[in-house]
This record gives sequence, structure tokens and C-alpha cells, in this order.
Amino acid sequence: MIEEIRKIAKEYPSSKSAVLPALRLAQERYGWLPRAAFEEVGEALDLTPAYCMSIASFYDLFHLEPAGTHMIEVCTNVCCGLVNAQAVLEAFERELGIRVGETTSDTTVTLRAVECLGGCSTPTIVAVDHRYRQSVTPDDVPAIVAELRSG
Amino acid sequence: MAETVVEVAEPPALVLKGYEGKPLVDLDTYRAVGGYAQLERARAMSPHDVTQEIIDSNLRGRGGAFFPTGRKASFIPTPDKVAKPIYITVNADESEPGTFKDREIMLKVPHRLLEGCLIAAHAIQSKHVFIYIRGEYSEEYEVLSKALAEARKAKLLGNVKLTMHRGAGAYICGEETALLESLEGKRGQPRSKPPFPAIQGLYASPTLINNVESITNMPIVLEIGPHEYAQIGAPPDSTGTRLFCLSGNVERPGVYEAPHGITTRHLIYDIGGGVPNGRDLKAVMMGGSSFPVMTPDELDTKLDANSLGQRGLFIGSGVVCVLDDRTCIVQFALRVAQFYMHESCGKCTPCRVGTRWLVQILRAVEDGTATENDLEVLLDVCDRIIGKCLCVLGDSAAMPVASCVTKFRDEFKQHLAQGGCPFGADSSLANLFAPVDQHAHAGAPA
Repeated sequence: MIEEIRKIAKEYPSSKSAVLPALRLAQERYGWLPRAAFEEVGEALDLTPAYCMSIASFYDLFHLEPAGTHMIEVCTNVCCGLVNAQAVLEAFERELGIRVGETTSDTTVTLRAVECLGGCSTPTIVAVDHRYRQSVTPDDVPAIVAELRSG
Repeated sequence: MAETVVEVAEPPALVLKGYEGKPLVDLDTYRAVGGYAQLERARAMSPHDVTQEIIDSNLRGRGGAFFPTGRKASFIPTPDKVAKPIYITVNADESEPGTFKDREIMLKVPHRLLEGCLIAAHAIQSKHVFIYIRGEYSEEYEVLSKALAEARKAKLLGNVKLTMHRGAGAYICGEETALLESLEGKRGQPRSKPPFPAIQGLYASPTLINNVESITNMPIVLEIGPHEYAQIGAPPDSTGTRLFCLSGNVERPGVYEAPHGITTRHLIYDIGGGVPNGRDLKAVMMGGSSFPVMTPDELDTKLDANSLGQRGLFIGSGVVCVLDDRTCIVQFALRVAQFYMHESCGKCTPCRVGTRWLVQILRAVEDGTATENDLEVLLDVCDRIIGKCLCVLGDSAAMPVASCVTKFRDEFKQHLAQGGCPFGADSSLANLFAPVDQHAHAGAPA
């Protein structure tokens, strides 16, 4: 991974700029960002692990705690909210048996509420493993969960 | 699952020119509608002349600030005046609630965005363009990357390097100096200005920052001519078209390209089919969640900067989100305030602390535990945020909240008189969960 990160860094006038893509890469490898990830990213870019962690903690897409294999993110900003996002979120909570912000005990799925995903004309937007599902209703929820549990 | 409606609602088609339901994602299809011809023309012109054409068109920023795009480019020093590289940064970090147009540009006409980048690069003699794309946008990143690879293979980039940079989930990085910090590998916290990015931007070098829609207009300005462009829409200030982002309680939501100056009513009722289920329109989230709300008596206001400005409203990023009469306006204000509390970078105290105050007081109003004096405190907190921070994120929380209190004071008072929400669970925003509360019970750092 260190070589890969250094290759990315060549794209920028300053290697420090590669810290976001590097952390993204590390998270893809580990599923979240453990201390080892910060050490590797730091070594590749000549930054301290603490610095890398200070960056990761600023951005919402980075997980500082273990996350599930799959990620379900429900937009609950105003535009989706007006068209029943809360019911969709609650349907996921029921189907998964967890509260928003939590991960299932078998570590399959993490459920999060997120701010506006920019898909406001087809509410509710649910990002499943970072791919947008449009116009999701509570009725669609069991099938989405089943798909993740079988995959 | 429904697809996003992306249409030219009223001619002329500018940003979406040549797109008729079929994305122009391949180089060949884009070339077939005249793609990259303007880049060739621009490169045959002097950089100064290209910038002058953008100035003459009076194209203005589509990201929210509406600053004249050509003038911004003219602030960049020429290479003989500065011993540093000159950069362009395209702001594709679209995150303003209710905004979903830049995404559609990247998905439907990616090459026009790239052509705009290369024209801008010629205009300010930049050799390195960065596209800072929102971290959540996966498909958009892939489509644009593919278009870039095609353009590179066809040797269209010339001596320009173009780097795609993905964000990682932070609304504040849409603010231009926060974006630069983030691109430099730091936490996305705004800088104090001056110095402005045109003089000291990325890596302390002159940097031009443009929104996706603004830069995508550049090939069109050159194609139809700046003077012709300047006649479209609501001249002299609001020229050209907009990709209006219509959403909320409306029959046909979508991205609609139409000239500046159509009325809000026309967009919502004629183009969008009106409010579903025979309900009444209560308010419009106008321009984005960062601005004052529009009320039904203002629906005939034209969608251009001056007409809206006369009413204290903003065109922002082209957002028109309809709230029907089931919506509790206190819940709306609360949800908006929660968003800004979540997204405040924490650098300036009025914003960091003020957004929390707004949330607490609005929560108390909604729960019916507030007093009438709290409404004055609420407005006072807004007043203590607006204009007192390095960037406008705090203002963006305070302006919509203050407008809700001012324009719907009776509804706020009704909450106090009844000791709770008069809508109960019937409001469409009832009990809406906000991510800012997620950190509290999931144990992750806020």
C-alpha cells in the first residue's frame, strides 16, 4: 500500500495533498481506519500517524471505529425528509434490529443517517456501499437488506 | 427505481445543449454536437481575448455567490508577473442541501465540463487543473474519469495536467478556501481573506476557483458569442440559463434548464406540475438551505438575482424545494440548524457555538418548553453569528432560521401557547433524525 500511496502522491505538487486519497485507500483495505492505517499512510507521505488521524476525524466518510462489511446510508436532510426519509430509516432499523449509527452484531451491516446526498428529486436516497439507490420507500427495505445479507 | 428527470424546460439549451435524454458521455457523441470545437477556437485566440469574452457574457458563478466569472479570471496575474504556477480548481463538491445539478452535468455532459476547464486553463494560462469532486459521488467520479481518459487519449489536454481529487464528506469544503485547505491535505477549515485565492490560493499560488456549472457554460459562451449570451435570461445581471433543482412536495421534481427570469410559480406549477395531493404550498426553500425561505405571496418573483434580491432572497445554487402545508416550519428550521451544527468546522466561535444555540432553542420551541422571550434570543443569536465569522457557514444557518421566525412568527407562538407542536406527528418532517445526533449515541467523535 505504501508504494501505491507514493504513486498517488506524484500527481500533486505537494505529497501531503495525497492524504485524503491515501486514507480512502487504507479504509478500502481495512474496512475502517485502525492505528496501523495511520502509521502506513504516515510513513508513505512523511506525516505523523497523529496528523493522519486528525485529518480522518474531520471528514465524515472515514470510520474511526470498525464498520460493517456493508454500509447503508440514508439521507435525512430536508428534501428527502419531506418525502418520508424518516420512515425509510426506521424501516432499516426494524429490519436490521439496530439503531441508526450502529452495526449489526454479525458485523454485516452498518446503518447511518447522512446529510444531503444530492439526489433530491428522487427521495429517499439511500447509499448502499456508496452507490445511490433512488426513490427508496419503506417497502423496498427488506429486499435491500436481504441482498446485503446474502452477498 | 425512478431516474432523475433532467430536461431543458425552456429554450435555449445551453449547458444541456445536444442532450436530449441521451447522455453525451462518449467523446464521439460530444464531438457530434460540436464538442471541443470551442477549445480549438479558444486556443487560437489570445488568453486575454478569451477572458474578455467571458467578461462580456456576464456569466456569473453558479455555486451560490453569483460573482462575475470573467472578472474573477481577470484577477489572476499573468505568468510573466508571478514566479509561481497558476492553478484552476473546479468546485465539484456539491453539497448544498437541495442541490443536485453539478452531479447531473458530470453524468450527462462530462466532456463539456472538461472542455470548459481547458478553455479556462488557456484563458489564465494555467497548466494544472484540479477537479475537487464530492467524496460521496462514486458514479459521477467514474463517468468523469472515463471522459477524462478519453480526452487525454485524444490529446485534447495539450500541455495541461488535469487531476481528479475526491473529497471525503465535509460540506464546508464547498467553501473555496476550505476546499483549498482540504486539497493541500489539511482539515477543511476556511482561511481568512485577504489574501484572496486569485493571489494566494492553492500552495500559495494564484488560483481560479469555479463551480462546475459556471465552467461548463464557458464553451457555450464562446460558441454562441458573449453578446448573444448576455441577451439570454434576465440581463444585464442574470444572463444565461440555470439548471434549477426542483424538489420537495412537487409533482415532477428534477433538474430543469431554463433561462434566468422565469417566475417561481411557473417553475413549480407549470414545469413541475404543482403540489401533489391537492395540498397548498406553504414555503419554498429558495436557493439552498442557506438562505431565507420564500412564502406563497412571493411566488411571482422572477428567478434572477435582482428580482429575488429585492425581496431579500437569493438564487444560490438554483434550489427550489417546495414545502407543502403539512410541514411544521419549526421542525424545518430545526432540521436546517442541525445540518449546520453538524457541518460547522469549529474554527470560529460564533458559528461553532451559535449553531448549537439555534438547535437547542428551536428544539425547546418544538417541544413547547420555550418562552416568547426565547424567540428574541433566537433572533439575537442569529444576529451574533451573521457577518462575524471567516466564512458564511454560520450565516447560512442564521439566515434561514431568522426568516422562519420572522415570516412564520404566529406558528412559532402557537407552539409556545399550546406547549408543543400543533402539527403533532402529521408534519412531514416529524421526528426526522439528524446525523448530528448519531455521533452522540454511536460514541464516535462529533
